[in-house]
Amino acid sequence: MNKVKSLEDLKRIREEALQKRDAKTISGQKQVIVGMGTVGIAAGARETLKAILNFIESENLNEIVVRQTGNIGWDSYEPIVQVVIGEAEKVTYGKVTPEVAMKIMKEHVVAGNIVKEYAIEA
Amino acid sequence: MRELTLHLLDIAENSISAGAKNINIEVEEEIPSDCLRFSVQDDGKGMDAAMAEAITNPFVTSRTTRKVGLGIPLLKAAAEACCGSLTIESAPGKGARVEAIFKRSHIDRMPLGDLADTVMTLVIGSPEIHWRFLYQVNEKAFEFDDQPIKEQLEGVPLSEPAVLHFIREYIEEGIAEIKPAVEY
Repeated sequence: MNKVKSLEDLKRIREEALQKRDAKTISGQKQVIVGMGTVGIAAGARETLKAILNFIESENLNEIVVRQTGNIGWDSYEPIVQVVIGEAEKVTYGKVTPEVAMKIMKEHVVAGNIVKEYAIEA
Repeated sequence: MRELTLHLLDIAENSISAGAKNINIEVEEEIPSDCLRFSVQDDGKGMDAAMAEAITNPFVTSRTTRKVGLGIPLLKAAAEACCGSLTIESAPGKGARVEAIFKRSHIDRMPLGDLADTVMTLVIGSPEIHWRFLYQVNEKAFEFDDQPIKEQLEGVPLSEPAVLHFIREYIEEGIAEIKPAVEY
């Protein structure tokens, strides 16, 4: 890949992202956190995180912060995903396969409704 | 764990927990010498020789949520089962370097797995860390340093869709270009 061209692409991406941010009213930051401790990784957390990133990319969703963290402390519920929207209380989800992650992204992160069947602590 | 890149991810998570600011990952496949190795080097808090020895034992861990840590012992067992080894070089305050070596063609060697997914997880999931990644296959190499990208973005988050797309394609293409056609 041509590196110079790539960096020019990034400059364009940055300008577009900044324009979108200016045009939007900020509705509170959205954060999605995936537990990436040893148990989480063994249970499939990397694939869960991948599904979340793919969803953001394919749906073109701006202003969602995705983070990984170490062990959250619910081993038997791994992979664990936590969602924090604005000032609302953090919601912890368990046994989040890539399919469940898509459901959480659609229903909670985008539409604002907690997916109760997978919430282990709300 | 069923892929070496999941072990690699696990070892890199230890570096994050150790408070590292800079983490260098190297993965090398050297076919003439039948060797596959990967290493994670960090500038985190490090550990003394006794601790470096002890963490290869499953009943020792620095974590506080549970009293056993299996990541390093499992990787050590996997490497040793493939005529390889696991080494930890570290000193308090001096960071750590963990290297795992495998006989590439060994029948018990786990597949490398999805290297791009592991790099994406680390780079996007822990953006405050400066990541450098080197993948080498014989004399060919792919290098990824996230610093120039972050400088260009000037604070635009890595999880913006256009940025994700850019980084993912960059890493996937770079790896695919040199990845050997056959796993073993």
